[in-house]
Amino acid sequence: MSALAVDDQPSTSPVGDVEGPATDAPLIYFSSVSDNTHRFVMKLGVPAARMPLLTKEPTLQATRPYVLVLPTYGGITGKGAVPRQVVKFLNNERNRTLLKGVIGAGNTNFGETYCLAADIIAAKCHVPVLYRFEVMGTSEDVDRVTKGLEEFWI
Amino acid sequence: MSEKLKLVDQVQAINWNRIQDDKDVDVWNRLVNNFWLPEKVPLSNDVQSWATLTPDEQQLTMRVFTGLTLLDTVQATVGAVSLIPDAVTPHEEAVLTNIAFMESVHAKSYSSIFSTLASTKEIDEAFRWSTENVNLQKKANIVTDYYRGDDPLKRKVASTLLESFLFYSGFYLPMYWSSRAKLTNTADLVRLIIRDEAVHGYYIGYKFQRGLESATPERRQELKDYTFELLFELYENEVQYTHDLYDSVGLAEDVKKFLHYNANKALMNLGYEAMFPSSVTDVNPAILSALSPNADENHDFFSGSGSSYVIGKAVNTEDEDWDF
Repeated sequence: MSALAVDDQPSTSPVGDVEGPATDAPLIYFSSVSDNTHRFVMKLGVPAARMPLLTKEPTLQATRPYVLVLPTYGGITGKGAVPRQVVKFLNNERNRTLLKGVIGAGNTNFGETYCLAADIIAAKCHVPVLYRFEVMGTSEDVDRVTKGLEEFWI
Repeated sequence: MSEKLKLVDQVQAINWNRIQDDKDVDVWNRLVNNFWLPEKVPLSNDVQSWATLTPDEQQLTMRVFTGLTLLDTVQATVGAVSLIPDAVTPHEEAVLTNIAFMESVHAKSYSSIFSTLASTKEIDEAFRWSTENVNLQKKANIVTDYYRGDDPLKRKVASTLLESFLFYSGFYLPMYWSSRAKLTNTADLVRLIIRDEAVHGYYIGYKFQRGLESATPERRQELKDYTFELLFELYENEVQYTHDLYDSVGLAEDVKKFLHYNANKALMNLGYEAMFPSSVTDVNPAILSALSPNADENHDFFSGSGSSYVIGKAVNTEDEDWDF
């Protein structure tokens, strides 16, 4: 929690970060070059902003309440489960404040760490895990999340 | 192998300080961090539990594990090795050598289970069964034939289907025992194997998709058709194999749902849409939760009853997650 506490003061935001592009998308997501999460989000048909692939690039700045979608894959203990790009994004206090829920991507074959990154963020930011899906999601997952998000924003 | 193995044409010193594909490094690190050996798992704690299984159940378990041993042997000595000459980066070659080695660890793990639980006679009988079961041999031969083909992308398809689909008729059983509080240490070991196979399937499927990027639309269609044809061929055989194994204990239908569920994930690892509808992928919740305690839908806000989720449940996190 220490990093979050420090970053609650905007002036100490990490590594002299440059302000990144602002986004008013209701869905913000991270997807690695495998594009699995990207494909899932594209199927939802709602405006969505993708975080930069490289941590050194300026991260996004949310300007309205949003839901975060992110993958977890393959660790034993979950150490480093949250991608660094997402950590950087959430170390921005405004981004953290506007976060309303998390959707996790993963694979049940990873056992206890299935969608762990979503659980970690939900716990740290006190928001619910809205949904979990595997790899790039089935059509049922797309339907459920589309419907769930519609109701969530009402 | 009778034919001469194709080797990489030219070898240059591998430079890990110049990376073409970051995924190679990610996956290498993941595999190294996940490294394990069967000696770490206290299998002998399952001896008492083993004695509570009926002779039929013991025989089924032995057969399932010899089947898995055969597939891991194929993957270690033919599959992963056959992918090395197709690698497009030197780091991909290195990852594949790691995968090949871990498949040998997996194959050896089943022998650790056998020697802990069964007599030499029972072990020999199970291995004999594995060489005589038509559907098991056919499964291994189908995949091996594709590995020997001359198309690098088709080899990746065969490999991903093996890693992400063909193991699961076998993986079902230790999850089933675990859900009934039996052979729980054996299940812990198998979960380590499942986790490794998931990384392997993800990585090889990813490399397949990278290979598709430069392909013509016709070539893409050819590979898609090929993937689905191979999946159907393997699926039909897998259903027969499942009946061979599980009819005696009445679990075949339950296992088939698990096959469908995993076939969908194998397709997704290759970048294709899931094929089996949710009406036939509704895996027994006890099996899913033996696989992953987080798989319970009731933890989700959208799909749960609404009353069961809790905001901000305690999670042990590493400070490293939030510290850069």
